[in-house]
Amino acid sequence: MSPEAKNPIENFLRMDRIPHIWCSGCGIGTVVSSFADALEKSRLDLDKVAIVSGIGCTGRVAGYVKLDSFHTTHGRAIPFATGLKLGNPELKVVVFSGDGDIFGIGGNHFIHACRRNMDLVVICVNNFNYAMTGGQVAPTSPEKANLSTAPYGNFEYPFNVPYLAEACGATYVARWTVLHMRQVTTSILEALNHKGLSLIEVITPCVTLYARRNRLGDGLNLLKYYYENSEVRHGADTRTLDIRFQEKITCGKFIDVEKPTFLDCMNTHLTKTLGEKFRPYGV
Amino acid sequence: MTEIRFSGFGGQGIIRLGLITGKAVSLYDNKFATMTQSFGPEARGSACSSQVVISEERVLYPYITRPEILVSMSQEAYDKYEPDLREDGLLIIDNDLVKSTAPRGSIRLFSIPSTRFAEELGNRIIGNLVMLGFFTAVSKVVSPEAIKKALPGLVPSRFMDLNVKAFDKGYDYGLEVLDKAKS
Amino acid sequence: MKTRKADPKGVMTGAHYLDGDFALAEGALAAGCRFFAGYPITPSTETAERFSERIPFVGGMFIQMEDEIASIAALIGASWSGKKVMTVTSGPGFSLMMENIGLAAMQEVPLVIANVQRGGPSTGLPTLTGQQDMMQARWGSHGDYRIIALSPDSPQECFDLTIQAFNLAELYRVPVFIMTDECVGHMHEKVVIPPADEIDLVERKWYEGPKDAYRPYKPDTDLVPFMIKTGDGYRFHTTGLTHDERGYPVINAEVQDWCVRHLIDKIDKNAEKIIKLEEEQVDGAEVVVLSYGITSRVAIKAVQDARRQGIKVGTIRLLTVWPFPEKRVQELAGKVKAMVMPEINMGQVVKELERSVAGRTKVVSVPHCGGGVHDPDVILKAIKEAVK
Repeated sequence: MSPEAKNPIENFLRMDRIPHIWCSGCGIGTVVSSFADALEKSRLDLDKVAIVSGIGCTGRVAGYVKLDSFHTTHGRAIPFATGLKLGNPELKVVVFSGDGDIFGIGGNHFIHACRRNMDLVVICVNNFNYAMTGGQVAPTSPEKANLSTAPYGNFEYPFNVPYLAEACGATYVARWTVLHMRQVTTSILEALNHKGLSLIEVITPCVTLYARRNRLGDGLNLLKYYYENSEVRHGADTRTLDIRFQEKITCGKFIDVEKPTFLDCMNTHLTKTLGEKFRPYGV
Repeated sequence: MTEIRFSGFGGQGIIRLGLITGKAVSLYDNKFATMTQSFGPEARGSACSSQVVISEERVLYPYITRPEILVSMSQEAYDKYEPDLREDGLLIIDNDLVKSTAPRGSIRLFSIPSTRFAEELGNRIIGNLVMLGFFTAVSKVVSPEAIKKALPGLVPSRFMDLNVKAFDKGYDYGLEVLDKAKS
Repeated sequence: MKTRKADPKGVMTGAHYLDGDFALAEGALAAGCRFFAGYPITPSTETAERFSERIPFVGGMFIQMEDEIASIAALIGASWSGKKVMTVTSGPGFSLMMENIGLAAMQEVPLVIANVQRGGPSTGLPTLTGQQDMMQARWGSHGDYRIIALSPDSPQECFDLTIQAFNLAELYRVPVFIMTDECVGHMHEKVVIPPADEIDLVERKWYEGPKDAYRPYKPDTDLVPFMIKTGDGYRFHTTGLTHDERGYPVINAEVQDWCVRHLIDKIDKNAEKIIKLEEEQVDGAEVVVLSYGITSRVAIKAVQDARRQGIKVGTIRLLTVWPFPEKRVQELAGKVKAMVMPEINMGQVVKELERSVAGRTKVVSVPHCGGGVHDPDVILKAIKEAVK
């Protein structure tokens, strides 16, 4: 293969682990491409970037990315990443996981990481269902959608993820669909340069399960749905961002504010309270 | 081996009495002292207690079984713990707060208005230290020097003088009471 | 094994009057623990309180997480960042930690967890003692793996064994449990903390070879793989999935066999080096009393009474409960009439004793449901009946 033919993303992948396990038409790989692109543009020292995933389809991302990479337990990527970051504050720590992992089993950790404004980048691939286990109902499944454990249609209210993140204290919040590759890259790049908790929600197709069960067609049909129904509204009021079944998806950057992180708060407060006796941490 | 129970109500500094005594004995009187206390909501309520086992050798069984010494600073604590006191034991009470019945068997009773003395010294919060002084004098299980060495870290440093004064007040009163008992 | 002396910043040299919980925190600070994540739970909370009070002056991190699951997950992360890490908990919190204890065992992460045991099951007796989590410590997470568990009998040993726990965790890349209990945790006694230059600490087994040759799970001659720190440029991968030497997931029976046997062998084959026992008058004894933690103090009191009555009793105190001293009890099995094991549970570690001696000697369990320690007379009675 000539050097020109090499895919630029290969520098960021563990090529000895490719092919990956994702289905054809799945959107996770596209988000990984955007992530690789953002890492390259960021000019960060990649030796100092670590990636942490939980369990699930998106949970496998950590296994394919050529960074210090951690595949952890279901829902616990965020507290694991919290320990990793606080253990060595010079690291840039990215959590890459799915909607079920982060907002279902790991919901409590997500809200507390936001509350603390922990300096983490959280990339959440939202495919509206628990895909690894066969398409069960998730906390993000739209009402009326059909899932394997909601065989007569989902009757629960789903999370409005950006609203949840903002309410809990996240300082950077964006949502895109996988169709918005360049915007996803830009958001990840901004998040990598942001201090505090960033959340990027990326709506992706799960062709094999969610789409098939709901007779939504193949990957192309879903991209078409995103194309026709997504609306970019930067700075939109996060209360208006609910996603209804096959209806409008509002995208954009909603929150981007400066606020001291957990570590900033700790060092500032203890320096003020304890004076010279305090040994500031990680600075 | 000597088993001691300090008792009273939450907020009187009863746990502190056990801590100071245990620390004094084991760090400065060169004996062994194991201190335990009751925990939970009951420990904050009307009958809280701390226990100290003092021994020349290592304490194996950590809890008191039949205490030789009972210090009581509340009626409820007294009512609850008095029946456990050994027949030949030592009963020490704040006689403003505890109405004692005639002691059983050969129990020796010593009384002090510790809380009132503390108020006279300016703060009822140091009633426990007055009691500690009195206990030290009449029980002789710990030396007053050891107690004073044990105070730093267990009473607030800015109130150290007041605490020492309270201890001395109780200790001197204890010696007086012992003297009177002799004559 | 590389060792170094403790950093004086963390060592509160001198004689103190401390409870077991405080002594755990002092032991951790002396051992170089600079990362503590925890969640309040009676009767262990005082350790977290002490650590949070002391750490700003030593230099390190204390964080109160949102629950025990988050606490242990944070520990695993921070351990991968190169920190010595610890948490403390009690029964309900210990249960919550189980899944990630499995992750720590699988990823071979050094960490220390103290369980200040209380009476269970469920909420049980938050303020009263128990030793009912001993089997949970051994088997609590799913799958086959090994851990190390120590059991202190006093605040002094809470300090001493915490340092040992860190050394073992670093040496074997394994979670180490300090299985203490409410009685020891809340009991105040004299604790002597030696000068820093008298405390030997085991350094993590840092890899020093060429970067591209690094294999996170390639066993060294002592069966323990070398470790590296996140951020050092190795771009390594680790997972809770069954994995090969590279840390890459491989989902088949052959790699599972290699992976699981490795986790077990590195402890089992080093067991004799790990196990610490305290024996007294075992030679020529008719009966041997085995015990651990607070129960061993009460048992020794009973043994003294038995000796006064002319019975030849030996004692074995298990400072290390897991791995169990299988070899030692097998040596004794043919020589003594009986072995007596009091525990503040309905008979847990005694089952391992029974399994080890395999009927070659009589084994007498002296159970206790928790909420207090044994009445020494009950143990005495069991000793007397055992020699009949």
